[in-house]
Amino acid sequence: MALPASEVRAQHEQQKKKQWSMKYMKNKLFRYVCLFSALFLGIALFSIVIFISQTGFLVFKDVSWKEFFFSATWEPYEGKYGAAVFIAGTLYLTFLTLLISTPIALAVAIFISEIAPNWLKNVMRPMLDLLVGIPSIVYGYLGLTVLLPFIREKTGALVGDGFLAAALVLTLMILPTITRISDDAICAVPNYLREAGYALGSTKLQVISRIVLPAARSGILTAIILGMTRAIGETMAVVMVIGNTAQFGWDLITPTSVLTSNIVMQIINVQFHSTWNYALYMMAFLLLFISLVLIVIIRKLRPKGE
Amino acid sequence: MKDSLFHHHRKAITSAMYTNHLFHIFVTIVTATTFLFIIALLYTILGKGLPKLSIDFLFKLPDELEAGGGIGPFLFNSFYVLILSLLLSLPIGIGAGIFLAEYAPNNRFTEFVRTCIEGLASVPSIVFGLFGYVLFVEYVGIGLTIIGAAITLALLNLPVLARVTEEAIQAVPKDIREASLALGATKSQTVLKVVLPAALNGILTGISLVACRAFGESAIIILAGGTSTSGFMWDFNLLSQGGTLPVHLWYVQSEALVPDAKEIAEKSAAILVLIVLIISFTVRLPIWIQTLVAKLKTTPRQS
Repeated sequence: MALPASEVRAQHEQQKKKQWSMKYMKNKLFRYVCLFSALFLGIALFSIVIFISQTGFLVFKDVSWKEFFFSATWEPYEGKYGAAVFIAGTLYLTFLTLLISTPIALAVAIFISEIAPNWLKNVMRPMLDLLVGIPSIVYGYLGLTVLLPFIREKTGALVGDGFLAAALVLTLMILPTITRISDDAICAVPNYLREAGYALGSTKLQVISRIVLPAARSGILTAIILGMTRAIGETMAVVMVIGNTAQFGWDLITPTSVLTSNIVMQIINVQFHSTWNYALYMMAFLLLFISLVLIVIIRKLRPKGE
Repeated sequence: MKDSLFHHHRKAITSAMYTNHLFHIFVTIVTATTFLFIIALLYTILGKGLPKLSIDFLFKLPDELEAGGGIGPFLFNSFYVLILSLLLSLPIGIGAGIFLAEYAPNNRFTEFVRTCIEGLASVPSIVFGLFGYVLFVEYVGIGLTIIGAAITLALLNLPVLARVTEEAIQAVPKDIREASLALGATKSQTVLKVVLPAALNGILTGISLVACRAFGESAIIILAGGTSTSGFMWDFNLLSQGGTLPVHLWYVQSEALVPDAKEIAEKSAAILVLIVLIISFTVRLPIWIQTLVAKLKTTPRQS
């Protein structure tokens, strides 16, 4: 027996309504899933900051902050926790690395974006991307087996470990990062600026140095800072060539230590609830703090609306 | 005559062109040296290790004291941890990317989320490692495990995945979206069935970048996964120790007692680089073929 037409229509409508509401439910739900994913990253960052700082600040129960930041005696077995060597070491190493890598990276970026023919660009860019992917431990291994013997031979140092080796290894590691991001920044400079320069009779060098580079300034600065965060946080490659001794190594070829290398060398053998361990966490918190400050600086550099 | 305006200008122009030439030569030399250096390094690693490689070495168990051990469990763990971490981070990372590209309103909240993501991307890996250590060893109390390493590694992957997804989605032209919406699709249907497939190339490249980085990561694994393995092959237990190949390379290079440590290190380094090469090539190959095909298709029309 067939249902009256009006009833069929009503049923149909109802079904359709149900479908519609399902569809909109899903639509809403998907939005919230995405929102939650994004929030999750924020939560992860905050829990990292909280966990690390909570453990780290416990160190100040036993050690005064003056000793921790300004004393250069790191002798955990005798209860002396001065981290000045490592803090200064990290800053010095980062500075050295940038000093070597920035000019090279800029030159390569300028070559790739302004001078190289297209086919060469298409070869060089993937190659640099590839370098980013090579494990840091392999860079450390190369430094250990190739660079250190070379330094020993050239300088007559006993072991060759120290800031020079670490800075060279780090240079190689952050070179692709700085190059690729500066390259992107230089390519983003609109062509009419270049053409205006050429039309006024400038040479390529003049266009690059007086128009393109100033226009790409904030992008290049971002690249350098990103390279810096990588250099500051790099652990395994540095550990293998720095020597891991708690002493200043200003002359570049004396074994020394930085924050990251000291943490990874000692954390494995330390009791969790000990001042020593807290001191190491405090050092990690310093690293975290420096990186986050650098990121905030990058965001301030960027023009609004991007 | 020599001091005339004409001479003065010509001198200035010649010197400008001269410096320009010098600059060209300088930049080219620097770039060439850098790339030669890079190629030489790759050649050194691969050339030292690859000729000595054997299938046996890849699957055999390591030996603590005698020569001839393999890297089987470490290589297995490397892939196991990598795949687990990708499984955990892909949905969340891509979800976050979709949110930023499609839904995020232009306000302070979004700014804040973006700052968080960039901040997370800049956290040094050793800090992630310590976080994993506090979380899994101290609070959860399961010790150094594969699952702990995988979850901590997933955190490292997340910000990069989010950023890459966002960029890839933003590159998708607007008219595709509008066409889908005009056909009556909801926003979620549009994003999942139209925008994501269109952005797939970019996302895949991003995933390969992330995979390479996660595969080579060692500081996190040492702190959250340990330096050794359960000691036998094909161990899928999530709670056994999660030492991976990069960690093993470090261990062999710094503390191992085996007489053939040097050879093991050489071979391990070569395998690491080889796998990274393979990961990045397999992801890029389809894209290259696609662009090549597209080029071949368009050329006859142009001529």
